Amino acid sequence: MLLIRCPYCEEERPELEFRNAGEAHIARSANMAGESDDDFEKFFFIRSNPKGIIYERWRHMHGCARFFNAVRDTVSDRFLLTYKAGEPKPAKLPGASK
Amino acid sequence: MAKAAAKKSAAAAPSVERRPALAGQELSATGVTLAVLPPAERISLRAPDASVAALSKALGVTLPQKPKTSAAKAGRTALWLGPDEWLVIDEVGKVPLADCAEVTVLHSAVVISHRNVAISVTGPAAAATINSGCPQDLSLDAFPVGAASRTILGKVEIVLLRTASDAFRVECWRSFSDYVFTFLSEAARDAAA
Repeated sequence: MLLIRCPYCEEERPELEFRNAGEAHIARSANMAGESDDDFEKFFFIRSNPKGIIYERWRHMHGCARFFNAVRDTVSDRFLLTYKAGEPKPAKLPGASK
Repeated sequence: MAKAAAKKSAAAAPSVERRPALAGQELSATGVTLAVLPPAERISLRAPDASVAALSKALGVTLPQKPKTSAAKAGRTALWLGPDEWLVIDEVGKVPLADCAEVTVLHSAVVISHRNVAISVTGPAAAATINSGCPQDLSLDAFPVGAASRTILGKVEIVLLRTASDAFRVECWRSFSDYVFTFLSEAARDAAA
């Protein structure tokens, strides 16, 4: 079982308590009605789905119930870093291979 | 006359009749005992940092601010569930909602007394029993006496509180209580073996 560090509970908890909530750092337009169809499609449907480092939202569903962000390697499934929701994308990743 | 008497007793009875789930169920296995705890008053409390001091004063118990902790005073326990969320359990029949109602600071308090059922798991094999369905580390280092956490047991969500080194209080939703008690009963037999 994976252990995921919840930045609000400040400790590692078993993965069963968590839910994935899609890609992180997708900014919603302030003027949604003025979006072109192409821009809306990009915002709403198109996800990066990289092989390697991905920034995701996770929720500590059966714990503190808070959303937070996590950096995960999709190849090894290793969590490199987790940080609170609203914090900027970390510039430096610990233990990143590339 | 009989009519008047009936009216009087109806007025004296509580407005909501309480029908405890699992009432009186018990199970003893080697090293662990399960018991359904008596009904209690509970609220789900949400409040920002600025309101915590005033609410703590009104409730008579300091709302814990550290993750996975709880505070207890005079039969009332406040469990930290999230950064702005607490479960307050009163076992002596006082209504925590009434205390919150006197507070003017921003908060949300919802009575969930009848939503939850509490099961006590006691004995040297208590941690092993709960660990059969709960993936958290329940060693005394990681989950000391007084530690509290929302977590899962088997397929359902529970709130777990360690009341002594060999005693836990398992709070679950009433509709899940049958599942939880059966799950713990099976686990208790395994832990005993």
